[in-house]
Amino acid sequence: MAIVDLALHAEDERNLSAVVSRLREDANARIVFLLDRNGHALSMAGEMGETDPTALASLAAGNVAATEGLARLVGEKSFTTLWHEGERDSLHISAVGPRLILIVVFDERSSLGLVRLRVRKATADLYGVVEQIQRRPAPAGVSAGGFDFSDLTDSDLDKLFDEN
Amino acid sequence: MSFVNYAAREINCKLVYFGPGLCGKTTNVQYIYDRTQAGAKGKLISLATETDRTLFFDFLPLDLGSVKGFKTRFHLYTVPGQVFYDASRRLILKGSDGVVFVADSQAPRLDANIESLRNLEEALKEHGFDLRTMPYALQLNKRDLPNVVPVDEMRRQLQFKDEPVFEAVAVSGVGVFDTLKACAKQVLTRLGSR
Repeated sequence: MAIVDLALHAEDERNLSAVVSRLREDANARIVFLLDRNGHALSMAGEMGETDPTALASLAAGNVAATEGLARLVGEKSFTTLWHEGERDSLHISAVGPRLILIVVFDERSSLGLVRLRVRKATADLYGVVEQIQRRPAPAGVSAGGFDFSDLTDSDLDKLFDEN
Repeated sequence: MSFVNYAAREINCKLVYFGPGLCGKTTNVQYIYDRTQAGAKGKLISLATETDRTLFFDFLPLDLGSVKGFKTRFHLYTVPGQVFYDASRRLILKGSDGVVFVADSQAPRLDANIESLRNLEEALKEHGFDLRTMPYALQLNKRDLPNVVPVDEMRRQLQFKDEPVFEAVAVSGVGVFDTLKACAKQVLTRLGSR
């Protein structure tokens, strides 16, 4: 099993960012956010304002994981879409294949119908980008990028923690 | 599993605190939160019941700084320890890069520790992981209490490989960062060694 689950290079980041930004414009959304299943943020577009992106990513990933658990309990493979309607903002959360999650935060300037339509197109585009990432030989570790952590010392680690 | 962004030179890892109910998983994470500078930590999220028992998970993002030119970001999670939240525990373990097992040192909790450790092994196996090969640290918590099991006995019952073992009093911070560092170091070393 690979130790690094997902390795993004500059080109991937640009490609993902292009899809995310386009979706935000096309869906007239407030925020579009792409993350992996573990809750690590990959790309975002829009004004986060007071919204903490890391917290949003972690909770959405937990939400998707719990919902998939529920799906399996009732005999479904998965529920790929979640929709939460609020008084001001609504959330559309969808699984993009087995690895990624797409979150769209939208208000009265958009609608669920428009968001669903645009998400469908963006999801297809994201599949293309992910395929490209997966086609690249998987790095066996960070050392594949020219870095080797095997000689990491206690003092390297202490420094990391002591600075904080 | 880790997510490496070569463009931004960032490494993102997930560490999970596991252990029986009321062993001090949330206390560990709360202490780390309290003692970490504002710029290096995100919001501490606790999905807890009205009685402050963890319902789904606690989550703390830590931006620790750079190692060999890569910014390291650790996401710390705790699982709900109560036996009947097994399904939630399994969900949270998915994708973890390292595990800290927090054992409750009180004598009446020894069986609960053993049961929880078995639960951890099973749950990891379900996700295709083997505790014997993954980054792992064992913390013997609540060493300040009067009715604790001797350390040697706890090691004999709970240690099953050469994992680092730490005596701790999480509520006052003893052993908390040592445990975290030991697990984080294994995660980073493993990333670079393959």
